[in-house]
Amino acid sequence: MNNNISDTVKMEARGISKSFPGVLALNNVNLKIYAGKVNAIVGENGAGKSTLMNILSGVYSEYEGEILLNGKKVSFKNTTEARNAGISIIHQELQLIPYLSIAENIFLGREPLNKLNIIDIKKMRNDAKNLLGKLEFTKDVKTKVSMLRVGQQQIVEIAKALSFDVRVLIMDEPTSALSESEITILFKLIKTLTARGVAIVYITHKMDELTKLADYVTVLRDGCSVGESAIKDIKIDEIIKLMVGRDIKEFFVKKEHAKGTVKLKVEKLSLKKKGNSEKYLIKDISLEVRSSEVLGIFGLMGAGRTELLETIFGLHLSNSSGKIFIENQYVKITNPTDAINSGIALIPEDRKSDGLVLDMDIAENISLASIGNVVKNGMLNTKMELDQADDYRDKLKIISYSAKQAAAKLSGGNQQKVVLSKWLVTNPKILLLDEPTRGIDVNAKNEIYKLIDQLAAQGLAIVVVSSELPEIVAISDRIITICEGRLTGEFERKDFSDEKILKAALPTN
Amino acid sequence: MKKIKINLSILQPLIALIIMIVAMTLLSDNFATSNNLFNVARQISVNLCISVGMTMVILTAGIDLSVGSILAFTGAVAAGLIKNGIAIEGMNLFIGFTLLGVIIVALVVGGVIGWFNGFMITKFKVPPFVATLAMLTIARGLTMLYTKGFPITQLGNDFDFIGTGWFAGVPMPVWISVLVIAVAVLFMNKTRTGRYIYAIGGNERAALLSGVKVNRVIVFVYIVAGVLSGVAGLLVTARLDSAQPNAGMGYELDSIAAVVIGGTSLNGGKGSIMGTVIGASIIGVLNNGLVLLNVSPFWQQVIKGLVILLAVIIDKIQKKELD
Repeated sequence: MNNNISDTVKMEARGISKSFPGVLALNNVNLKIYAGKVNAIVGENGAGKSTLMNILSGVYSEYEGEILLNGKKVSFKNTTEARNAGISIIHQELQLIPYLSIAENIFLGREPLNKLNIIDIKKMRNDAKNLLGKLEFTKDVKTKVSMLRVGQQQIVEIAKALSFDVRVLIMDEPTSALSESEITILFKLIKTLTARGVAIVYITHKMDELTKLADYVTVLRDGCSVGESAIKDIKIDEIIKLMVGRDIKEFFVKKEHAKGTVKLKVEKLSLKKKGNSEKYLIKDISLEVRSSEVLGIFGLMGAGRTELLETIFGLHLSNSSGKIFIENQYVKITNPTDAINSGIALIPEDRKSDGLVLDMDIAENISLASIGNVVKNGMLNTKMELDQADDYRDKLKIISYSAKQAAAKLSGGNQQKVVLSKWLVTNPKILLLDEPTRGIDVNAKNEIYKLIDQLAAQGLAIVVVSSELPEIVAISDRIITICEGRLTGEFERKDFSDEKILKAALPTN
Repeated sequence: MKKIKINLSILQPLIALIIMIVAMTLLSDNFATSNNLFNVARQISVNLCISVGMTMVILTAGIDLSVGSILAFTGAVAAGLIKNGIAIEGMNLFIGFTLLGVIIVALVVGGVIGWFNGFMITKFKVPPFVATLAMLTIARGLTMLYTKGFPITQLGNDFDFIGTGWFAGVPMPVWISVLVIAVAVLFMNKTRTGRYIYAIGGNERAALLSGVKVNRVIVFVYIVAGVLSGVAGLLVTARLDSAQPNAGMGYELDSIAAVVIGGTSLNGGKGSIMGTVIGASIIGVLNNGLVLLNVSPFWQQVIKGLVILLAVIIDKIQKKELD
């Protein structure tokens, strides 16, 4: 079936590079997309899959390299141009308008008009019905999209793509929110599409889907295409090896510290999705961290890592269950204030939306979580506040012209150091770090690794969540993996193996 | 040598105010007389009291539309108590109130209404615009019920002194508004809660994650706005020697205008009490000046609206937010 010679290349990306300020997201990537085949793309978070898909579908119009469609060079200025050329993308977050009907969603922005320039509702509904018919989907086209389940909404997205006479359909992790039976329907639908000659570009983290569905696979790693093969010519283990097989840059060497007593112990922590008593975001997670220990938590995006830290920090009281012990004492943490008073600090994943008040200056941000430290005679003491900030600007090398510089005007790395300072002045026993180095440059990353090491040496118990495998392997004493809200593996430093850790974090059906 | 700190954000409305004062002095001989200036100060004192509370509310990215109605209700309650006390007929009981008692009750009533606003906003997540819009009509309705639609007049000299009296050569309402401003400035700059108000408006989630009891602070600012509307209610009632059931109508708009002209962002997190003081002064000088220049009251409204637009546009240009 997968005859490399007879399969025709529908679309091709040659030498694509794309950089964002401070980051080279794609570096000379090559990709072939075969007509009538399922072309899978795999890679870790941050490997560059989304960026590449955004280039193919016209979201980004500026890049280096060239895109060929049917052997001819094309360049799309926007998504409309790409769609008119037959290239559609279905994002992981579906882009439908919930309170419009199926038909209205399919023809949004290009509704058929009658002579009076009024929407021809009858034609629109008929056309929508025909499209759904091709997909053997029988829902009334007047149904509001909000009434559909996720799997059904996806079919509407596919119908929308078909209405553009789609030749290349890009699907970004389409099964991540689907039930088992919906997945079966989707796979059948994909087979129908490929039989009509549509090329499917299929992004996934689920390895078993490759064998079930894909004809070709391309592996991305760190913005480079590192492997390309017909699926029958490659084993899953080889694919995983390609995904992780990067050299851990030896810029940071972890020191060993003698572990102390257990600082944080979590027993059977669960978190239910709000308004949905069936779905668990995290389920029965137990863990413990000792003084001077760095516990790494590895998992894909959406695995429940952030929710785990937030639940420990008291942010999800109403829909969570489980017990938290600090220094062997049971504590009831009902809100972040309790958590802070118990000696826990949380450095959140998104420093701009969760970590900083951007309009406030460095000094004000640093004192926010422990403002009592800079109160004298019942009044805020600006001098104490500025002295404290200057102290940390010095200690953590926060590059800034003054402690009164607005946080908004700092670089990502320096902003992160301000957030770290804010929490260090609360004098915590337990430090929870959620993706501490996301979006910051290599030097700042390195400084933060060293700081984590120093803090561990001072006796703090540290939990680091990261989706970067080399990072978590470099800085952790012990790693646990979580997948779909459940604990799926635990590794001591001496047993660290990139492949085993990644495998434990990948979902299996 | 002590460094003089100038807050840049209030510099621009301050310059506008100075230009207006200079222009008015040149245009009208009656403007720069002590009589007239005290008059202006007394006129803006009511708006100042309301606007100090409004500034705190807006700094948390909220809004309070009920201030004018709270003003009317607290004024009516104060007037009713001072005149009639509380008579409980069945028990043949009469409770009379001293002046201080009346003031305290009026302010507590304002505070309770403000608390109710805050409670709706934090507990039931009613958007501040809607919660306080509802209170705008509720408190107005309560005022009508309490007064049966008639003014309550002849409140006695002691009470009227609050609105008409002079102390040390300065009208009482001016003293009161200066006191309110001084306490508020100190509060906003020197206390934890003041700092938390800025933090919540700047980034509510970051404040929450930093252990700030966000809901508590939000309820607090609406209580303050209610209490200060009560202060304004006492000033207005005492000044007129009469609680009018339709007092304070539209005052929320003058107050929001003062806050906005003073450079406070409606998105919260940025702004200052002093900016609002300047904003209220600009509106006061403008009102007074247009009267002195015999501009028709209808044009006055048009001009006031244009000034609000101009203030915001200049602010945007200065901050380079426009393309």
